[in-house]
Formats: sequence, C-alpha cells, structure tokens
Amino acid sequence: MNEYRQEIGALTMRWVRRLSREKFSMLFTLVQPMLFWLIFFGNLFQRAADVRVVQAPNYISFLAAGVVIMTVLNNGLAGGVDLLFDKENGFLERLMSTPIHRSSVILSRFIFVMTITSLQVLVILGVAYLFGVRPATGFLGVVVILLIGLLFGVGLTAISMAMAFSVKSHGDFFSVLGFLSLPMIFLSSALVPLAAMPTWMGVLARFNPMTWAIDAVRPLILSGWAEALGPVAMVVVVMVAFDALCLYGSARAFRRAMG
Amino acid sequence: MDRAVAIDVSKLGKVFDGATAIEDISFQVFAGEIFGLLGPNGAGKSTTLRILMTLLRPTSGQATVLGHDVVQEPEQVRRLIGYVPQERAIDRFLTGREHLQLLADLYHLPKAESPRRIDELLRLVDLEDKADQPAKTYSGGMKRKLDIACGLLPNPKVIFLDEPTLGLDVQSRLRIWDYVRGLRARGITVVMTTNYLDEADQLCDRLVIIDGGRIKALGSPGELKAGLGGDIVSVTLSTAEMGRVETLAAALKGHPAIRAVSTTQTGLDIRVESPEKTLPAVLEAANRLACRLEFIEYHRPRLDDVFVAHTGHAIREEFPNAEEE
Ligand SMILES: Nc1ncnc2c1ncn2[C@@H]1O[C@H](COP(=O)(O)OP(=O)(O)OP(=O)(O)O)[C@@H](O)[C@H]1O
Ligand SMILES: [Mg+2]
Repeated sequence: MNEYRQEIGALTMRWVRRLSREKFSMLFTLVQPMLFWLIFFGNLFQRAADVRVVQAPNYISFLAAGVVIMTVLNNGLAGGVDLLFDKENGFLERLMSTPIHRSSVILSRFIFVMTITSLQVLVILGVAYLFGVRPATGFLGVVVILLIGLLFGVGLTAISMAMAFSVKSHGDFFSVLGFLSLPMIFLSSALVPLAAMPTWMGVLARFNPMTWAIDAVRPLILSGWAEALGPVAMVVVVMVAFDALCLYGSARAFRRAMG
Repeated sequence: MDRAVAIDVSKLGKVFDGATAIEDISFQVFAGEIFGLLGPNGAGKSTTLRILMTLLRPTSGQATVLGHDVVQEPEQVRRLIGYVPQERAIDRFLTGREHLQLLADLYHLPKAESPRRIDELLRLVDLEDKADQPAKTYSGGMKRKLDIACGLLPNPKVIFLDEPTLGLDVQSRLRIWDYVRGLRARGITVVMTTNYLDEADQLCDRLVIIDGGRIKALGSPGELKAGLGGDIVSVTLSTAEMGRVETLAAALKGHPAIRAVSTTQTGLDIRVESPEKTLPAVLEAANRLACRLEFIEYHRPRLDDVFVAHTGHAIREEFPNAEEE
C-alpha cells in the first residue's frame, strides 16, 4: 500500500511539474477558452436568447451550467494526450519496465485531470459570480456540481486514455477528438434547452450523458434544492452506468496494449 | 564451462498482426557477462529485449530472467532489471535529477536513501553540472547518459541496453564502452543490442547474430571468427570490371585451397586455408580472364566476415566500409 502511494504520488507530481514548465499551456489551462465562452457568448446572446425559452433570469446564468460541463468534457477528452506522447516517445515503456502496479500510471492521470478540472470549474463559477450568477444552492451546491463534474470526467478521461493506447498515430487521436467534441456540445442542453430544439435533436440529446449532467447542474445554479434533487439523483444513475462502460472498455484497451 | 545462467531463452517467437518479428530464438546469458544481440535494422533485437523485460508477451516459447519466467512472474523480473531504451525516453520538461527522483519512487527506494544514490549516479555519468536543467537543454550524448543513469538507478542484477551508442560521437561511444565494462566489473549482467560490428567485437563477451528474426550464429567474437577457419583474401576490381565479377568468382570456386567465395560491393571476398597458396591462384585466374585487379589484400577474419558468412549479406549494404574507418 505504501509502495502504491509512493508510485502514484511521484507520477502525479510529474504531471504537475510538466504543466508548471509549460508556461504557455499553463496560461491556456487556467484562463481556459471556456471562460471566453461564458463571458462573450453569455453577454452576446443576452438579447437574442428569450428568457422564457431558457427559463433563467438571463442567458449567462443559463449558460453557466453548460460551460461548466463543457470544461469537464474538454479536459476529459484531452486527458489521454500526455499518455499518447509518452507512448510515442518511449517514456511509457520506461515506466512500464519498473515494478509499479500497472494501474498507477492511469490513476495518476485521473487524479491530475480531475484536480485541474475542479479548479477550472471553480474559476468559471467565480467569474460567473462576478457577472451576478449566484448558485441558488450555495456552497453545498457547488460541492455537488464538482462531484457531478468528477463523475462525468472519470468516464471521459477513461475513453481518452483508451484511445491513446489504441490509436496507431496521434493524428488519428486528434481527428477522433475533434469529431466527438462538437456534436457532443451541440447535441446537448449546453447552449439551448431540449424543449427549444428541433424534435430529432432533442431525441438525440437525450442519449448524450452530457445533457443529464447539465440538467442536474443547471437547477443547482438557477433554482434550488427542491428542483435539483430529482435530476441530481438521475445523473448519478446515468453516470455510474456511463463510467462503468467507459472503465470496462478502457481496461480492455489497456490490457491489449500492454499484453 | 558450467557458469551460472542468468537468462535462459527457449524457442521464443513473436508475431505482430500476422507478421513474424522473431522466430525460434534460443540462447543463454551467463551471469556477469556482456552479452550482445548483433543484427541489422528490423532484425528483431528490440523485440527480443522487450519480451525479456516483460514489455511484450511472446507468441511462443519461454524465457526466464534469474529464474523467473517473464510471462508468469513479470513482477519479480521487473524488480531485478534495469532498462536503457533505444529511443531516448526522456521527458524534455523534467530535469535530470527529477528523472532520477521519479524512478527512485517507482522502484520504491526509501526517501532517505534516494538523494545520495541520485548524486552518486549523476557523478558516475558526469551530469552533475546539468542535473538541474530541463532535459530539453541536453545534447544527444547527455540524454544518453541520463538514460544510462536511469537504467542503473534500481541497482539491477541485469541491465538491458538497447543500442546504447546509436548516433553518438566517437569519444562518447568509447566512454560508454567504459561504463559498460564498469558494470560488468560490478558483477552486473549486461544484455545489449547493437548494429555496430566493432562494438560487438570489442565489448561483448559473447553474442548472437540475429537476422530476419532468426539466430544465425552464437559464440564469443573469437570463437565466431575462428569458426570461419582460415583467412580472408579481399580482391577489389576496378569499376569497369565489376560486370565480370561473377565470371571470376566461378573460376575460383573449384580451387582446393579456397573454401568460399562471396561477392562484395567492390569485388570478391575469398575465404582460404592459407593465403600463400591461394594468392597465386587468384592472380592466375584474373590473368587468364584478363580481368584487371585494382587491389588485393588478406587479413584474419573480422566480425564483418563472420556476419557475411552467416547471413549472406553485409550488415549495412549502403556503407560497406563504415566500420573500418
Ligand atoms: N509494435 C509493433 N507492431 C508491429 N510490428 C512491429 C512492432 N515492433 C516491431 N515490429 C516489427 O518487428 C520487426 C523487428 O523489429 P525490432 O524493433 O525488434 O528490430 P530491431 O532489430 O530492434 O531493429 P533496429 O536496429 O532498427 O532497432 C520489424 O520488422 C518491425 O517492423
Ligand atoms: Mg531496435
């Protein structure tokens, strides 16, 4: 157990060190593009969006939940990138030749990605606060939002790592990534509520786990516990199933790549 | 000779998506020796090494490292080995010291012990001055040294070096040879791959020649050369005469003092019992065919000749003489 902690600690520290050395990407990670979505999109569509359609006092407070989950999506899907580069330059092989638990590398990556994601979600909620978005469920609500983010992020990061282990080249990886992320966003309730979508889009969006996550975060920000509890309970069920599926698939990909 | 066997490889095979990378590889490595896998690009050296290091599962056959089966007991194997990969497996954002710290934790060294060990290794490979700079500021040779320090960190019983001197300048190569001999002096068993003939010749106690995924020869450099028997007479033809090289070879083949004739890029290599008896015969045959000889020399067999004799081709076709200069 001690050995396990030592390995995971050292591997996680490596991700932190790398991030702190890459000044440019550090900047982009912290002042995330998602923040611009919130600020510019939120204010830009203030007039265009009908408050009766979005059912919120203003568009930015509606959008906040979407931006939070989009951040989780982007970080999760990109979570395997560093492993991909490790695989390509042989560093992963060096790690795997040491007597570590096979799962340590992956666990360290989960810990790192989840921590960074949580920090970013806090930054986004902080900025939204400056624009007058006060989470209706208060401090505890923010904790629940972070937990929902973690539940969703674990599955996404697992998919991303599985892809990193299976793809033949990093070109493939980034193509799939680009192919996945935009439809995931547009076929969800991130920008528009399901009720306001064309029927076929609304139906597809129901199958998107992102929709469930957003629909649970949104009442936590906008309405209060009475309306949030149902969707929160629902998203836990959806995410447990989603995570189980993703973790099962990625464990298989990992075993195949390492066998 | 009944020396302790450190590594026992038996009928190892590996197929990648239908393509055979290695086939029927068997050899033993004795404890405390420098053992080489010599072969051209794509021969299957790294694949063999990866299987021994538990990074790949063999498709067929078995291998043990210090008595532990690489498939059944990978954990035990990993605790006993060090690895210096072929690609510089370096994280450009970490400093040299941070690399070693990371590995110290992955090998579960006690926290109190690791700083001393890391300093010792940095001194061993002359990287003390650059230890706290990110690896992206290192030259190729420095990265290689850091790789070697990383391989030594666990204080392994067996160390695997995959092409340790690839792409290094002459001084760095010689220095690395010295390190490798130093490892042997400390009782570490060294398994290394190379496609440099002179490196295999001067550094390895014993070696296998691998080509096309199969073992072609096994022995000490001395045994392998002696195994060829006799000396080599090399004939160089002028470029204009190269078209007739086969005719000359055919004329020489039946001669009683000649064991084998093979064509090279510049002429013929003739394996002979004694050069004294053969030289006149060669000159006579060339004369009879009116084939102009540019140059003729004879020498004791080199590892190059061993390689050609067992594989039918030179290790690097493009630069036939690269090793001698
Ligand atoms: N992961 C892999 N997937 C598919 N084929 C592979 C893989 N690794 C190696 N091969 C193939 O196996 C053969 C042996 O490769 P290997 O890397 O063992 O050669 P090598 O002797 O180390 O060559 P080099 O001197 O270039 O390092 C090659 O034909 C190579 O293309
Ligand atoms: Mg190789």
